Amino acid sequence: MSADAGSVSAAGVPLERSQRARRKRADAVAGSGEVLRDGAGWGSRAALALDHTWRDESGFIGWLRTNDHKRIGKRFVVTAFLFFCAAGILAAVMRMQLASPDNHVVGPDFYDQLFTMHGTTMMFIFAVPIMQGMGVYLVPLMVGTRNTAFPRMTACAYWLYLLGALSLWFGFAINTGADAGWFAYVPLAGPQYGIGKRADVWNNLINLTEAMGLMVAVDIATVILKMRAPGMSLRRMPLFVWASLVASMMIIFAMPSVMLAANLAQFDRTFSTHFFNPAEGGDVLIWQHLFWFFGHPEVYFIFIPALGFVSTIIPTFARRPMFGHSAVVLSLIATGFLAFGLWVHHMFATNLPELGKSFFTAMSFMIAIPTAAQIFCWIATLWTGRISLRVPLLFVLGFFAILVLGGLTGIMVGAVPFDLQVHDSYFVVAHLHYVLIGGAVFPLFGAFFYWFPKFTGRMLDERLGRWQFWLFFVGFNVAFFPMHMLGLQGMPRRIYTYGAETGWGTLNLIATIGAVVIAASVLLFVVNFVRSLAKGALAGDNPWGAGTLEWATHSPPPAFNFVALPVVASREPLWVREADEPTHVSGLSAQTREGLVTTVLDALPDVRYSYPSPTVWPFIAAVTVVIWLFWSNITPSGMYYGLIPPAIAFVAWYWPSRKETAEELLLQRRP
Amino acid sequence: MKGGRGSVVFVAALAALAACQREARDFDAPTKSVTAPPVRMSAIQPGAISTRTTLEHNYEENAYALSEGKRLFGWYNCNGCHANGGGDKGPALMDNVWVYGSDPANIYATIAEGRPNGMPSFGGHIPDNEVWELVAYVRSLSGLASSGAAPSRADEMHVKEPESQTDRQTPVVAAPSGASERP
Amino acid sequence: MIGGLHDVLMPAGAQAQAILALWHWLLPICTLVFVAIMAALWLAVRRAPRVAQDDTPDVSSLFEREPKVTRTVWIAVAVSTVLLLALLAASVFTDRAIARLPLANALHIELTGYQWWWAVRYDDADPSRIFTTANELHVPVGRPVIVSLAGADVIHSFWVPSLHGKKDLIPGRDATVSFRADRPGIYRGQCAEYCGYQHAHMVLYVVADAPDVYERWAAQQRKPAVAPVNDEQARGRDLFVAKSCAMCHAINGTSAQARNAPDLTHVASRMTIGAGTLENSVSARAAWILDPQQFKPGAKMPGENLAPEELAALNAYLGSLS
Repeated sequence: MSADAGSVSAAGVPLERSQRARRKRADAVAGSGEVLRDGAGWGSRAALALDHTWRDESGFIGWLRTNDHKRIGKRFVVTAFLFFCAAGILAAVMRMQLASPDNHVVGPDFYDQLFTMHGTTMMFIFAVPIMQGMGVYLVPLMVGTRNTAFPRMTACAYWLYLLGALSLWFGFAINTGADAGWFAYVPLAGPQYGIGKRADVWNNLINLTEAMGLMVAVDIATVILKMRAPGMSLRRMPLFVWASLVASMMIIFAMPSVMLAANLAQFDRTFSTHFFNPAEGGDVLIWQHLFWFFGHPEVYFIFIPALGFVSTIIPTFARRPMFGHSAVVLSLIATGFLAFGLWVHHMFATNLPELGKSFFTAMSFMIAIPTAAQIFCWIATLWTGRISLRVPLLFVLGFFAILVLGGLTGIMVGAVPFDLQVHDSYFVVAHLHYVLIGGAVFPLFGAFFYWFPKFTGRMLDERLGRWQFWLFFVGFNVAFFPMHMLGLQGMPRRIYTYGAETGWGTLNLIATIGAVVIAASVLLFVVNFVRSLAKGALAGDNPWGAGTLEWATHSPPPAFNFVALPVVASREPLWVREADEPTHVSGLSAQTREGLVTTVLDALPDVRYSYPSPTVWPFIAAVTVVIWLFWSNITPSGMYYGLIPPAIAFVAWYWPSRKETAEELLLQRRP
Repeated sequence: MKGGRGSVVFVAALAALAACQREARDFDAPTKSVTAPPVRMSAIQPGAISTRTTLEHNYEENAYALSEGKRLFGWYNCNGCHANGGGDKGPALMDNVWVYGSDPANIYATIAEGRPNGMPSFGGHIPDNEVWELVAYVRSLSGLASSGAAPSRADEMHVKEPESQTDRQTPVVAAPSGASERP
Repeated sequence: MIGGLHDVLMPAGAQAQAILALWHWLLPICTLVFVAIMAALWLAVRRAPRVAQDDTPDVSSLFEREPKVTRTVWIAVAVSTVLLLALLAASVFTDRAIARLPLANALHIELTGYQWWWAVRYDDADPSRIFTTANELHVPVGRPVIVSLAGADVIHSFWVPSLHGKKDLIPGRDATVSFRADRPGIYRGQCAEYCGYQHAHMVLYVVADAPDVYERWAAQQRKPAVAPVNDEQARGRDLFVAKSCAMCHAINGTSAQARNAPDLTHVASRMTIGAGTLENSVSARAAWILDPQQFKPGAKMPGENLAPEELAALNAYLGSLS
């Protein structure tokens, strides 16, 4: 073949002169006239070439430059989990302070930083990034492609996220931790009452984590819409992929609101603008509107991927496809839309018109209907299935109990008159932890147990998992159920102490004991993780006998994900194989990073796509952007001068490379 | 990478030190009564010239103290004579002219002892640490305090640029004869 | 110990009573739904046969409909929707009930929230009947009270659980809340919007008295401060004016008229000092005056280094201001 490779294309069509010349140049660059294509099985020369093409360089530089969505996804998950533990420790200190009346474990200033850091870390640094990180890892595997659509952007997003999180915690370490609450209401976080640089650190964090969220959301949404395996029409898409799509679209619409709010507040603090200054025509309440327009959908960015986890785990452990798959999809989409109409329920105690508030009560109740539909579909799946009660399903059952209780207290606080009593009290603290921990963290642990074999090739220990589950379940309820009563007994939020005459001491002590039990359960998970990483049972490709595509490749997957991209003919590709349908795609280059772009609705093959190669510029760009942000905090001229390094970094990022262009031209075909 | 690591640690330590001074909230400052030692600037005033007293508190780098000083400037009605630093019956505080000296100890003495032509003596009326907070704020009015710690705009009508954006006005002392001499 | 009822489930006024009525709808219906869902889940898990993980999955549902299960799920969704609508109706009706409190002959109070205390001003059409106090409201039983809320610095929130839900005091925005105490008693409230270091110590007491008791209290509050009856109290008053107290606190009838801090004209008639931080006793007042920061770190009140006999005189004077 090689002798003729210069004058005919691989399809046998004679080449034009200029193309021949181009091919000759490309040959010289590529080093060989032969173009290896995928489609052969494991162990073939094509598979070896794929590995060589997709594998990162070894060492620190390879780690820094990586484009591999699996490595980046794992980074997000591990980083977010470490911050989860850190914020949990802060909560433990808070609980020690509140365990008895008039306690002196910490003073008011430090306590204010504690609850602000706890909330900010959990919401911005743990919950949203970990769900996005799981999506970054799992979605390309589940839709049957080799990488996410914009891997350099996702790599940059990780560095922005890490630097932002570290900047917040570094601030905390030097007594500049945010202290105005995770929601940073003005005027308390404003220029007059937000003394020092603490609120500036918070505003910077928002910019960085929200930029990260937007970048990853765009990437995931693009992969889902444009790069699915051929045959994976929207009707055949797995439910976790639907959940990731809905969450990503929500992020794209909601994140700009909080970024805008934080930047307006930052302008007030640094440049003496008057956005939130009533004396000069500004409005204090507009902060709350902008923040909660983002803030309410945010809890759904956290909740909806978790629903995706549940919708994946239940069919696998009930040994049947999800009942009401279409209903669940429509429920997810409905929840995504409705979530944007609820934000005023965080503002019921303000002086907004009462009739307007009632509309938001109605919307808050309405969003319970799609969630209820999903719950009934899940129960129906379990009812008509045959159950294997392993640890992932155990966590899902815990999710049911805790989330449903939290959702029902959510209905309670959605009613304006009742909310006027319990808003900003411990009743809401109980509600939010029931829905966030029950609705997101329990499914997350279930997801960890479910996908750890795929990520690492080993199984987590079942017995430790059961111990962890029961400790977490019991500890959580002991810690948070009494808070409902405390709220009804008049205990407000965000108080660093209380008098003995209030009678709140006993329930607070019980809550503290529960917190200790929760800490023990998380420790148990860490032990399980570390031990299983080293000595866990080997997993094999598909230890759970699941039906989705990520289980169609090795555990852990090779750098190129699939030796040949799959073709999908049903909703559960691994459970149903049609006899006379194609099973995989062949013909993509094994010597360059090539992927397949398909149509949005029916996933018919459309164009071949060349992925960008690994590069260090996303990292550098992230560092320069963070420097710009902090420089502009220190002095206004930093806004302008600080833009120069990021500009250079982004130009270098996009600068085309001759070698890559030559390789792409080599692969081009006339239609 | 060793030099790189070292410089990162150095910068972090600098930031930590600066932040410690700026962000400390000292709720336990002792509030003994004001006992202002006389500080004589020149031979025109009675009494022997004494050396400058040591500072009890250096609040110019502390954001909380400067913010408290700003609050007290309004609460104790310094605005009544000095406006927002622009001056009215009392001299302007945002310019570079300091009749009785711009050192913190001088300003402390001015507030505690009072001065001719209308500056009341607040010595027994304002606790010691609050006087030092006012001293730091008064210095910030002409840009002499750390701009990182100086207050930003107030949530009020906009009457002047905030202290954090005020350019430094290098002090010049005006002797009563009209001749200027640098301190 | 300072008492005071502060329980959402123990209402003493019309508004809190209406909200409790809503709770009596919410709690049973939500509990019913929770029990039903948990029962269904438990039954589902119990009756499903247990299989090994590698059991062949049943994919028939990809090709055939499941009419019975579909019908059951639809019914469950319909029942949930109906229940939600019922709760929505209950919520809207409660809103209306709260808004329809009869306001004839209402008492008008202007409440201003500061970091970290409450300024209370009783309004009246006749200016000579207006008076100011702090941190403690007295209201007549059975008479509606209209409270205008103003935030002076940051956002605070007025919340007395046994009387009504809360309302935020937002700088630049005027808000009003109306309630009526239907039983005499002491009702405790607390600021319910995070407002800085001492948000935890911003307590408000509402004392509901029989109308004649209230009128006696109000008449006393309108009077200027009680004159000193002995030398110690007179010395105390002089110290009040000479030291730093008068820079921030007012005592009507003396030359102390500053409005930065709570009005102390009738401080001895209040149950607590420091907005609920300490009980209002001689020893507590003495310790507070010497060093408020040990009880309420970050509060705007500085300590005052007084000699013991000066402190005793000042304390005696303040203790006489009933």
